[in-house]
Amino acid sequence: MITRLEDKELKRQSRRELLKLAPVAALGIFAFPKVSDRLVAEGVRFSDWASGALFRSQHLAQTFPDADVVPFAKFPYNYYDVVDPGVDLEKWTLTVAGEVQRPGEYKLEQIQALPKVRQNTRHVCVEGWDVIGSFGGARVSDFINLVGANTSARFLEVECVDDYYEAIDMASVLHPQSLLCYEMYDQPLDRGHGAPLRLQMPTKLGYKQAKYLNTIRVTNVLKPGKTGYWEDQGYSWFGGL
Amino acid sequence: MANEEQNDAKKDAAPDAETAPLAKQEDDESARPEGAAEAKNEAVVTEVVAVEVVATAPAAKADEPPPLVRAAYEHPLAIRVTHWVNAVSLFVLIGSGLRIFRAFPSFGPKIPEKVLIDIPKSLTLGGWLGGALQWHFTFMWFFAASGIFYLAYQVVSGHYRTMLFTPRDIPGVWPMARHYFFFGPKPLATGQYNPLQKLAYTSSIGFGILSLLTGIVLYKPAQFSWLAFLFGGFHLTRVWHFAAMCGFLAFIPGHLIMVVLHGWSNFFSMLSGWKRDPEYQE
Repeated sequence: MITRLEDKELKRQSRRELLKLAPVAALGIFAFPKVSDRLVAEGVRFSDWASGALFRSQHLAQTFPDADVVPFAKFPYNYYDVVDPGVDLEKWTLTVAGEVQRPGEYKLEQIQALPKVRQNTRHVCVEGWDVIGSFGGARVSDFINLVGANTSARFLEVECVDDYYEAIDMASVLHPQSLLCYEMYDQPLDRGHGAPLRLQMPTKLGYKQAKYLNTIRVTNVLKPGKTGYWEDQGYSWFGGL
Repeated sequence: MANEEQNDAKKDAAPDAETAPLAKQEDDESARPEGAAEAKNEAVVTEVVAVEVVATAPAAKADEPPPLVRAAYEHPLAIRVTHWVNAVSLFVLIGSGLRIFRAFPSFGPKIPEKVLIDIPKSLTLGGWLGGALQWHFTFMWFFAASGIFYLAYQVVSGHYRTMLFTPRDIPGVWPMARHYFFFGPKPLATGQYNPLQKLAYTSSIGFGILSLLTGIVLYKPAQFSWLAFLFGGFHLTRVWHFAAMCGFLAFIPGHLIMVVLHGWSNFFSMLSGWKRDPEYQE
Protein backbone atom coordinates (compact mmCIF):
# COMPACT_ATOMS: atom_id res chain seq x y z
CA MET A 1 0.00 0.00 0.00
CA ILE A 2 3.02 2.30 0.03
CA THR A 3 2.95 5.02 -2.60
CA ARG A 4 5.70 7.35 -3.71
CA LEU A 5 4.64 10.87 -4.37
CA GLU A 6 6.01 14.39 -4.31
CA ASP A 7 6.22 16.08 -0.95
CA LYS A 8 3.99 18.90 -2.18
CA GLU A 9 1.40 16.42 -3.36
CA LEU A 10 1.43 14.49 -0.07
CA LYS A 11 0.86 17.73 1.82
CA ARG A 12 -1.99 18.67 -0.50
CA GLN A 13 -3.66 15.26 -0.11
CA SER A 14 -3.21 15.32 3.68
CA ARG A 15 -4.71 18.80 3.93
CA ARG A 16 -7.72 17.83 1.86
CA GLU A 17 -8.34 14.62 3.81
CA LEU A 18 -7.98 16.55 7.07
CA LEU A 19 -10.68 18.99 5.93
CA LYS A 20 -13.06 16.12 5.21
CA LEU A 21 -12.85 15.26 8.90
CA ALA A 22 -13.86 18.79 9.96
CA PRO A 23 -17.56 18.02 10.63
CA VAL A 24 -16.52 15.77 13.54
CA ALA A 25 -15.28 18.93 15.29
CA ALA A 26 -18.97 19.83 15.71
CA LEU A 27 -18.94 17.49 18.73
CA GLY A 28 -16.82 20.20 20.37
CA ILE A 29 -20.07 22.07 21.00
CA PHE A 30 -20.60 19.73 23.96
CA ALA A 31 -17.66 21.47 25.65
CA PHE A 32 -19.81 24.58 26.20
CA PRO A 33 -21.94 23.99 29.31
CA LYS A 34 -24.79 26.32 28.32
CA VAL A 35 -25.31 24.53 25.01
CA SER A 36 -24.47 21.05 26.25
CA ASP A 37 -27.07 21.25 29.05
CA ARG A 38 -29.74 21.72 26.39
CA LEU A 39 -28.25 19.12 24.07
CA VAL A 40 -28.04 16.34 26.67
CA ALA A 41 -31.61 17.13 27.73
CA GLU A 42 -32.57 16.62 24.07
CA GLY A 43 -30.56 13.38 24.10
CA VAL A 44 -32.72 12.12 26.96
CA ARG A 45 -35.86 13.20 25.11
CA PHE A 46 -34.73 11.19 22.10
CA SER A 47 -33.95 8.20 24.33
CA ASP A 48 -37.41 8.52 25.86
CA TRP A 49 -39.00 8.60 22.43
CA ALA A 50 -37.07 5.45 21.48
CA SER A 51 -38.05 3.82 24.79
CA GLY A 52 -41.70 4.51 24.11
CA ALA A 53 -41.38 3.03 20.63
CA LEU A 54 -39.60 -0.05 22.03
CA PHE A 55 -42.15 -0.61 24.80
CA ARG A 56 -44.19 -3.77 24.25
CA SER A 57 -47.50 -3.30 26.01
CA GLN A 58 -48.13 -7.02 26.50
CA HIS A 59 -44.53 -8.13 27.25
CA LEU A 60 -44.37 -9.12 30.90
CA ALA A 61 -41.48 -8.29 33.19
CA GLN A 62 -39.92 -11.31 34.83
CA THR A 63 -41.75 -12.70 37.87
CA PHE A 64 -40.10 -14.73 40.62
CA PRO A 65 -40.98 -17.59 42.96
CA ASP A 66 -41.52 -16.71 46.62
CA ALA A 67 -38.10 -18.19 47.43
CA ASP A 68 -36.36 -15.41 45.44
CA VAL A 69 -38.13 -12.56 47.22
CA VAL A 70 -35.97 -10.56 49.66
CA PRO A 71 -37.19 -10.57 53.27
CA PHE A 72 -39.54 -7.68 53.99
CA ALA A 73 -37.06 -6.17 56.44
CA LYS A 74 -34.47 -5.91 53.64
CA PHE A 75 -36.80 -4.04 51.28
CA PRO A 76 -35.45 -0.49 51.50
CA TYR A 77 -37.52 2.57 52.32
CA ASN A 78 -36.92 5.22 49.71
CA TYR A 79 -38.44 8.67 49.95
CA TYR A 80 -37.60 12.16 48.79
CA ASP A 81 -38.84 14.07 51.81
CA VAL A 82 -40.12 12.10 54.80
CA VAL A 83 -40.57 8.35 55.13
CA ASP A 84 -43.99 8.91 56.76
CA PRO A 85 -45.91 11.98 55.58
CA GLY A 86 -48.61 11.24 58.19
CA VAL A 87 -51.47 10.18 55.97
CA ASP A 88 -54.82 10.06 57.79
CA LEU A 89 -55.63 6.50 56.76
CA GLU A 90 -59.20 6.68 58.13
CA LYS A 91 -60.25 9.69 56.07
CA TRP A 92 -58.12 8.94 53.01
CA THR A 93 -59.77 8.94 49.59
CA LEU A 94 -58.34 8.93 46.08
CA THR A 95 -59.35 11.95 44.01
CA VAL A 96 -59.99 11.06 40.38
CA ALA A 97 -60.02 13.87 37.85
CA GLY A 98 -59.44 14.77 34.23
CA GLU A 99 -60.75 12.90 31.22
CA VAL A 100 -62.93 10.44 33.11
CA GLN A 101 -66.68 9.84 33.03
CA ARG A 102 -66.98 9.38 36.80
CA PRO A 103 -64.62 11.81 38.55
CA GLY A 104 -64.72 12.20 42.33
CA GLU A 105 -63.48 10.64 45.55
CA TYR A 106 -62.85 6.90 45.67
CA LYS A 107 -62.45 4.82 48.82
CA LEU A 108 -59.76 2.16 49.25
CA GLU A 109 -62.50 -0.49 49.52
CA GLN A 110 -63.64 0.32 45.98
CA ILE A 111 -60.11 -0.34 44.70
CA GLN A 112 -59.81 -3.48 46.80
CA ALA A 113 -63.09 -4.74 45.32
CA LEU A 114 -61.38 -4.99 41.91
CA PRO A 115 -59.66 -8.31 40.99
CA LYS A 116 -56.52 -8.62 43.10
CA VAL A 117 -53.17 -9.32 41.49
CA ARG A 118 -50.27 -10.65 43.53
CA GLN A 119 -46.86 -10.52 41.86
CA ASN A 120 -43.21 -11.03 42.82
CA THR A 121 -41.29 -8.62 40.64
CA ARG A 122 -38.01 -6.76 40.53
CA HIS A 123 -38.00 -3.21 41.82
CA VAL A 124 -35.16 -1.40 40.01
CA CYS A 125 -33.77 1.88 41.28
CA VAL A 126 -32.24 4.45 38.94
CA GLU A 127 -29.18 4.33 41.21
CA GLY A 128 -28.42 0.79 40.08
CA TRP A 129 -29.63 -1.40 42.92
CA ASP A 130 -32.70 -3.60 42.81
CA VAL A 131 -34.80 -5.78 45.08
CA ILE A 132 -37.28 -8.52 44.32
CA GLY A 133 -40.41 -7.85 46.32
CA SER A 134 -43.91 -9.22 46.71
CA PHE A 135 -46.73 -6.86 45.81
CA GLY A 136 -50.52 -7.01 45.77
CA GLY A 137 -53.12 -4.67 44.34
CA ALA A 138 -55.57 -3.89 41.58
CA ARG A 139 -54.55 -3.41 37.98
CA VAL A 140 -54.39 0.28 37.15
CA SER A 141 -56.18 -0.59 33.91
CA ASP A 142 -59.12 -2.07 35.85
CA PHE A 143 -59.46 1.05 37.97
CA ILE A 144 -59.11 3.28 34.92
CA ASN A 145 -62.02 1.40 33.36
CA LEU A 146 -64.02 1.63 36.58
CA VAL A 147 -63.85 5.42 36.54
CA GLY A 148 -64.57 5.51 32.81
CA ALA A 149 -61.28 7.05 31.76
CA ASN A 150 -60.52 7.99 28.20
CA THR A 151 -57.73 5.49 27.58
CA SER A 152 -56.73 7.22 24.37
CA ALA A 153 -55.56 10.14 26.50
CA ARG A 154 -51.76 10.28 26.72
CA PHE A 155 -50.96 10.46 30.42
CA LEU A 156 -51.94 9.52 33.92
CA GLU A 157 -50.83 12.24 36.31
CA VAL A 158 -50.52 11.38 39.99
CA GLU A 159 -50.11 13.60 43.03
CA CYS A 160 -49.03 12.40 46.43
CA VAL A 161 -49.64 13.34 50.05
CA ASP A 162 -45.97 14.30 50.41
CA ASP A 163 -46.25 16.65 47.37
CA TYR A 164 -44.36 14.23 45.16
CA TYR A 165 -45.85 14.06 41.69
CA GLU A 166 -45.50 11.84 38.65
CA ALA A 167 -46.91 11.26 35.18
CA ILE A 168 -47.00 7.95 33.33
CA ASP A 169 -47.53 7.25 29.62
CA MET A 170 -50.88 5.55 28.95
CA ALA A 171 -49.30 2.41 27.39
CA SER A 172 -47.44 1.70 30.63
CA VAL A 173 -50.52 2.58 32.71
CA LEU A 174 -52.51 -0.08 30.83
CA HIS A 175 -49.75 -2.72 31.14
CA PRO A 176 -51.15 -5.83 32.87
CA GLN A 177 -48.46 -5.70 35.59
CA SER A 178 -49.07 -2.05 36.51
CA LEU A 179 -50.77 -2.03 39.89
CA LEU A 180 -52.47 0.32 42.29
CA CYS A 181 -50.66 -1.45 45.10
CA TYR A 182 -52.15 -1.68 48.60
CA GLU A 183 -50.31 -4.77 49.86
CA MET A 184 -46.70 -5.87 50.24
CA TYR A 185 -45.80 -9.36 51.41
CA ASP A 186 -49.53 -10.08 51.85
CA GLN A 187 -49.82 -7.33 54.47
CA PRO A 188 -51.45 -3.93 54.08
CA LEU A 189 -48.93 -1.45 52.70
CA ASP A 190 -47.06 0.12 55.62
CA ARG A 191 -46.61 3.88 55.93
CA GLY A 192 -43.00 3.92 54.82
CA HIS A 193 -43.77 2.06 51.61
CA GLY A 194 -46.58 4.42 50.67
CA ALA A 195 -49.73 3.56 52.63
CA PRO A 196 -52.47 3.37 51.77
CA LEU A 197 -51.89 3.25 48.00
CA ARG A 198 -48.90 3.44 45.66
CA LEU A 199 -48.07 2.72 42.05
CA GLN A 200 -46.21 -0.53 41.45
CA MET A 201 -44.95 -1.05 37.90
CA PRO A 202 -42.21 -3.59 37.14
CA THR A 203 -41.75 -1.95 33.72
CA LYS A 204 -40.75 1.36 35.33
CA LEU A 205 -37.88 2.59 37.48
CA GLY A 206 -38.59 3.18 41.17
CA TYR A 207 -38.95 6.95 40.96
CA LYS A 208 -41.95 6.55 38.61
CA GLN A 209 -43.77 4.38 41.17
CA ALA A 210 -45.18 7.13 43.34
CA LYS A 211 -46.22 6.41 46.94
CA TYR A 212 -48.95 7.86 49.25
CA LEU A 213 -51.22 8.54 46.26
CA ASN A 214 -53.64 11.41 46.66
CA THR A 215 -54.96 12.33 43.23
CA ILE A 216 -54.89 10.76 39.80
CA ARG A 217 -55.74 12.69 36.66
CA VAL A 218 -56.17 11.45 33.10
CA THR A 219 -54.87 14.09 30.73
CA ASN A 220 -53.43 14.86 27.33
CA VAL A 221 -51.24 17.72 28.47
CA LEU A 222 -48.44 17.91 31.02
CA LYS A 223 -47.58 21.38 32.27
CA PRO A 224 -43.92 22.22 31.65
CA GLY A 225 -42.02 21.93 34.92
CA LYS A 226 -44.74 19.63 36.25
CA THR A 227 -43.88 16.37 34.47
CA GLY A 228 -42.53 14.50 37.50
CA TYR A 229 -40.56 15.47 40.61
CA TRP A 230 -37.20 14.03 39.53
CA GLU A 231 -37.89 14.37 35.81
CA ASP A 232 -38.21 18.13 36.21
CA GLN A 233 -34.65 18.06 37.56
CA GLY A 234 -33.26 15.98 34.70
CA TYR A 235 -34.21 12.35 35.10
CA SER A 236 -35.58 10.52 32.07
CA TRP A 237 -39.33 11.11 31.87
CA PHE A 238 -40.14 7.69 30.41
CA GLY A 239 -38.04 5.90 33.04
CA GLY A 240 -38.98 2.54 31.54
CA LEU A 241 -37.31 -0.82 31.94
CA MET B 1 -8.61 13.35 -6.74
CA ALA B 2 -7.10 13.27 -10.22
CA ASN B 3 -3.62 12.93 -8.81
CA GLU B 4 -4.63 10.17 -6.47
CA GLU B 5 -6.12 8.23 -9.37
CA GLN B 6 -3.01 8.77 -11.44
CA ASN B 7 -0.90 7.36 -8.67
CA ASP B 8 -3.15 4.37 -8.38
CA ALA B 9 -3.04 3.86 -12.13
CA LYS B 10 0.76 3.91 -12.15
CA LYS B 11 0.87 1.51 -9.26
CA ASP B 12 -1.53 -0.87 -10.93
CA ALA B 13 -0.06 -0.61 -14.41
CA ALA B 14 2.80 -2.99 -13.87
CA PRO B 15 0.85 -5.97 -12.41
CA ASP B 16 -1.82 -5.60 -15.11
CA ALA B 17 0.79 -5.75 -17.82
CA GLU B 18 2.12 -8.94 -16.31
CA THR B 19 -1.23 -10.70 -15.99
CA ALA B 20 -2.67 -9.57 -19.30
CA PRO B 21 -0.82 -12.11 -21.49
CA LEU B 22 -2.05 -14.93 -19.24
CA ALA B 23 -5.65 -13.82 -19.59
CA LYS B 24 -5.18 -13.65 -23.33
CA GLN B 25 -3.89 -17.23 -23.47
CA GLU B 26 -6.86 -18.54 -21.53
CA ASP B 27 -9.26 -16.83 -23.84
CA ASP B 28 -7.49 -18.22 -26.90
CA GLU B 29 -7.87 -21.74 -25.54
CA SER B 30 -11.58 -21.35 -24.95
CA ALA B 31 -11.81 -20.44 -28.66
CA ARG B 32 -14.36 -17.67 -28.39
CA PRO B 33 -13.46 -15.19 -31.13
CA GLU B 34 -15.33 -12.22 -29.65
CA GLY B 35 -13.96 -12.69 -26.16
CA ALA B 36 -10.51 -13.23 -27.53
CA ALA B 37 -10.68 -10.02 -29.49
CA GLU B 38 -11.73 -8.10 -26.39
CA ALA B 39 -8.96 -9.60 -24.37
CA LYS B 40 -6.45 -8.64 -27.06
CA ASN B 41 -7.68 -5.08 -27.00
CA GLU B 42 -7.34 -4.94 -23.23
CA ALA B 43 -3.87 -6.35 -23.46
CA VAL B 44 -2.89 -3.73 -25.99
CA VAL B 45 -4.25 -0.93 -23.86
CA THR B 46 -2.43 -2.06 -20.74
CA GLU B 47 0.77 -2.51 -22.68
CA VAL B 48 0.51 1.05 -23.90
CA VAL B 49 0.09 2.29 -20.34
CA ALA B 50 3.06 0.23 -19.27
CA VAL B 51 5.13 1.70 -22.06
CA GLU B 52 4.09 5.18 -21.02
CA VAL B 53 5.26 4.56 -17.48
CA VAL B 54 8.57 3.22 -18.68
CA ALA B 55 8.94 6.05 -21.13
CA THR B 56 8.09 8.87 -18.71
CA ALA B 57 10.30 7.64 -15.92
CA PRO B 58 13.70 8.26 -17.57
CA ALA B 59 12.47 11.48 -19.16
CA ALA B 60 11.39 12.79 -15.79
CA LYS B 61 14.77 11.93 -14.32
CA ALA B 62 16.48 14.04 -16.91
CA ASP B 63 14.44 17.08 -15.80
CA GLU B 64 15.67 16.69 -12.18
CA PRO B 65 12.18 16.34 -10.58
CA PRO B 66 11.62 16.90 -6.86
CA PRO B 67 12.43 13.71 -4.93
CA LEU B 68 9.48 11.43 -4.16
CA VAL B 69 8.51 10.62 -0.59
CA ARG B 70 7.18 7.29 0.65
CA ALA B 71 3.66 7.50 2.09
CA ALA B 72 0.65 5.31 2.73
CA TYR B 73 -3.04 6.17 2.88
CA GLU B 74 -3.64 4.13 6.02
CA HIS B 75 -6.96 5.30 7.41
CA PRO B 76 -10.00 5.75 5.13
CA LEU B 77 -12.35 8.61 6.04
CA ALA B 78 -14.94 6.25 7.59
CA ILE B 79 -12.33 4.87 10.00
CA ARG B 80 -11.10 8.34 10.96
CA VAL B 81 -14.60 9.72 11.55
CA THR B 82 -15.68 6.75 13.66
CA HIS B 83 -12.38 6.75 15.54
CA TRP B 84 -12.85 10.32 16.75
CA VAL B 85 -16.59 10.08 17.38
CA ASN B 86 -15.85 6.94 19.36
CA ALA B 87 -12.99 8.58 21.26
CA VAL B 88 -15.20 11.48 22.37
CA SER B 89 -18.09 9.12 23.17
CA LEU B 90 -15.91 6.83 25.27
CA PHE B 91 -14.52 9.79 27.18
CA VAL B 92 -18.06 10.96 27.99
CA LEU B 93 -19.49 7.50 28.62
CA ILE B 94 -16.70 6.46 31.00
CA GLY B 95 -16.78 9.79 32.84
CA SER B 96 -20.55 9.80 33.25
CA GLY B 97 -20.61 6.03 33.84
CA LEU B 98 -18.29 6.43 36.82
CA ARG B 99 -20.62 9.11 38.21
CA ILE B 100 -23.59 6.77 37.75
CA PHE B 101 -21.63 4.01 39.49
CA ARG B 102 -21.08 6.31 42.49
CA ALA B 103 -24.84 6.26 43.13
CA PHE B 104 -24.57 2.54 43.95
CA PRO B 105 -20.85 1.74 44.17
CA SER B 106 -21.23 -2.00 44.44
CA PHE B 107 -22.41 -5.12 42.66
CA GLY B 108 -24.75 -7.96 43.38
CA PRO B 109 -28.27 -8.46 44.65
CA LYS B 110 -27.64 -7.24 48.19
CA ILE B 111 -27.76 -3.54 48.90
CA PRO B 112 -24.38 -2.98 50.55
CA GLU B 113 -23.60 -1.14 53.71
CA LYS B 114 -20.20 -0.11 52.45
CA VAL B 115 -18.75 1.39 49.31
CA LEU B 116 -17.05 -1.30 47.24
CA ILE B 117 -15.11 1.07 44.96
CA ASP B 118 -14.95 4.76 45.82
CA ILE B 119 -14.47 6.69 42.61
CA PRO B 120 -13.29 10.27 43.20
CA LYS B 121 -15.87 12.80 42.09
CA SER B 122 -13.17 14.73 40.21
CA LEU B 123 -12.81 11.84 37.75
CA THR B 124 -16.49 11.86 36.90
CA LEU B 125 -18.70 13.83 34.56
CA GLY B 126 -22.23 15.13 34.90
CA GLY B 127 -22.19 16.64 38.39
CA TRP B 128 -24.93 14.44 39.84
CA LEU B 129 -26.64 11.18 38.97
CA GLY B 130 -29.31 12.87 36.81
CA GLY B 131 -26.75 14.93 34.92
CA ALA B 132 -24.49 11.93 34.37
CA LEU B 133 -27.45 9.91 33.09
CA GLN B 134 -28.24 12.69 30.59
CA TRP B 135 -24.71 12.54 29.19
CA HIS B 136 -24.77 8.74 29.19
CA PHE B 137 -28.16 8.56 27.43
CA THR B 138 -27.02 11.08 24.81
CA PHE B 139 -23.62 9.68 23.98
CA MET B 140 -24.75 6.05 24.01
CA TRP B 141 -26.40 6.89 20.67
CA PHE B 142 -23.20 8.36 19.19
CA PHE B 143 -21.26 5.37 20.50
CA ALA B 144 -23.73 2.82 19.12
CA ALA B 145 -24.18 4.56 15.77
CA SER B 146 -20.46 5.03 15.13
CA GLY B 147 -19.70 1.52 16.38
CA ILE B 148 -22.25 -0.15 14.14
CA PHE B 149 -21.22 1.96 11.15
CA TYR B 150 -17.55 1.16 11.87
CA LEU B 151 -18.17 -2.59 11.99
CA ALA B 152 -20.28 -2.51 8.83
CA TYR B 153 -17.59 -0.51 7.04
CA GLN B 154 -14.82 -2.86 8.16
CA VAL B 155 -16.71 -5.89 6.89
CA VAL B 156 -17.95 -4.43 3.61
CA SER B 157 -14.67 -2.72 2.65
CA GLY B 158 -12.46 -5.60 3.74
CA HIS B 159 -10.33 -3.06 5.58
CA TYR B 160 -10.54 -5.28 8.67
CA ARG B 161 -7.77 -7.43 7.18
CA THR B 162 -5.22 -4.82 8.22
CA MET B 163 -6.22 -4.94 11.89
CA LEU B 164 -8.15 -8.11 12.76
CA PHE B 165 -6.21 -10.37 15.12
CA THR B 166 -6.23 -13.95 13.82
CA PRO B 167 -4.56 -17.14 15.09
CA ARG B 168 -1.79 -16.47 12.56
CA ASP B 169 -0.79 -13.44 14.64
CA ILE B 170 -0.33 -15.41 17.87
CA PRO B 171 3.40 -16.26 17.38
CA GLY B 172 4.18 -12.59 16.80
CA VAL B 173 2.63 -11.33 20.05
CA TRP B 174 5.41 -12.33 22.44
CA PRO B 175 8.35 -10.94 20.39
CA MET B 176 6.52 -7.63 20.10
CA ALA B 177 5.62 -7.54 23.81
CA ARG B 178 9.25 -8.40 24.63
CA HIS B 179 10.35 -5.45 22.52
CA TYR B 180 7.90 -3.01 24.11
CA PHE B 181 8.17 -4.04 27.74
CA PHE B 182 11.54 -5.81 28.16
CA PHE B 183 13.82 -4.00 25.69
CA GLY B 184 13.95 -7.02 23.36
CA PRO B 185 15.00 -6.70 19.72
CA LYS B 186 12.48 -4.99 17.44
CA PRO B 187 10.69 -7.52 15.21
CA LEU B 188 10.60 -6.67 11.50
CA ALA B 189 7.49 -4.67 10.62
CA THR B 190 5.59 -6.48 7.88
CA GLY B 191 2.23 -4.73 7.78
CA GLN B 192 0.38 -1.64 8.90
CA TYR B 193 -0.11 -3.12 12.37
CA ASN B 194 2.02 -5.54 14.38
CA PRO B 195 0.44 -8.58 16.10
CA LEU B 196 0.27 -6.85 19.49
CA GLN B 197 -1.52 -3.88 17.95
CA LYS B 198 -3.96 -6.20 16.21
CA LEU B 199 -4.63 -7.91 19.53
CA ALA B 200 -5.24 -4.57 21.26
CA TYR B 201 -7.53 -3.18 18.54
CA THR B 202 -9.46 -6.40 18.10
CA SER B 203 -10.06 -6.72 21.85
CA SER B 204 -11.22 -3.12 22.09
CA ILE B 205 -13.84 -3.92 19.45
CA GLY B 206 -14.86 -6.77 21.76
CA PHE B 207 -15.11 -4.37 24.71
CA GLY B 208 -17.29 -2.10 22.57
CA ILE B 209 -19.68 -4.87 21.58
CA LEU B 210 -19.83 -6.09 25.19
CA SER B 211 -20.50 -2.63 26.60
CA LEU B 212 -23.22 -1.96 24.03
CA LEU B 213 -25.06 -5.26 24.58
CA THR B 214 -24.81 -5.10 28.38
CA GLY B 215 -25.81 -1.43 28.22
CA ILE B 216 -28.99 -2.39 26.37
CA VAL B 217 -29.82 -4.86 29.17
CA LEU B 218 -29.18 -2.34 31.95
CA TYR B 219 -31.25 0.30 30.12
CA LYS B 220 -34.18 -2.00 29.30
CA PRO B 221 -33.95 -5.18 31.41
CA ALA B 222 -37.66 -5.94 31.05
CA GLN B 223 -37.88 -5.44 27.27
CA PHE B 224 -34.63 -7.37 26.65
CA SER B 225 -35.09 -10.02 29.34
CA TRP B 226 -33.71 -12.70 26.95
CA LEU B 227 -30.46 -10.75 26.57
CA ALA B 228 -30.27 -10.31 30.36
CA PHE B 229 -30.61 -14.08 30.61
CA LEU B 230 -27.70 -14.59 28.17
CA PHE B 231 -25.45 -12.46 30.37
CA GLY B 232 -26.40 -14.41 33.48
CA GLY B 233 -29.04 -12.05 34.86
CA PHE B 234 -29.34 -8.38 35.76
CA HIS B 235 -26.63 -8.35 38.45
CA LEU B 236 -24.00 -10.10 36.34
CA THR B 237 -24.82 -7.83 33.41
CA ARG B 238 -23.87 -4.87 35.57
CA VAL B 239 -20.55 -6.60 36.31
CA TRP B 240 -19.94 -7.25 32.58
CA HIS B 241 -20.77 -3.64 31.75
CA PHE B 242 -18.21 -2.50 34.31
CA ALA B 243 -15.69 -5.08 33.07
CA ALA B 244 -16.03 -3.77 29.50
CA MET B 245 -15.16 -0.30 30.78
CA CYS B 246 -12.14 -1.76 32.62
CA GLY B 247 -11.08 -3.25 29.29
CA PHE B 248 -11.20 0.20 27.70
CA LEU B 249 -9.36 1.68 30.69
CA ALA B 250 -6.61 -0.89 30.15
CA PHE B 251 -6.45 -0.21 26.42
CA ILE B 252 -6.61 3.58 26.34
CA PRO B 253 -3.47 4.49 28.38
CA GLY B 254 -1.37 1.99 26.44
CA HIS B 255 -2.77 3.32 23.19
CA LEU B 256 -2.03 6.94 24.17
CA ILE B 257 1.51 6.13 25.32
CA MET B 258 2.19 4.42 21.98
CA VAL B 259 0.80 7.41 20.10
CA VAL B 260 3.13 9.74 21.99
CA LEU B 261 6.13 7.46 21.47
CA HIS B 262 5.52 7.14 17.73
CA GLY B 263 5.42 10.85 17.15
CA TRP B 264 3.56 13.37 15.05
CA SER B 265 3.46 11.66 11.65
CA ASN B 266 1.81 8.61 13.15
CA PHE B 267 -0.71 10.68 15.13
CA PHE B 268 -1.46 12.93 12.17
CA SER B 269 -2.30 9.89 10.04
CA MET B 270 -5.49 9.40 12.12
CA LEU B 271 -6.48 12.93 11.11
CA SER B 272 -5.40 13.04 7.46
CA GLY B 273 -5.36 9.36 6.62
CA TRP B 274 -1.86 9.69 5.13
CA LYS B 275 1.25 8.45 6.90
CA ARG B 276 4.56 9.84 5.72
CA ASP B 277 7.41 7.35 5.46
CA PRO B 278 5.84 4.34 7.23
CA GLU B 279 8.34 1.99 8.85
CA TYR B 280 7.00 -1.13 7.14
CA GLN B 281 7.73 -2.18 3.55
CA GLU B 282 4.95 -2.30 0.95
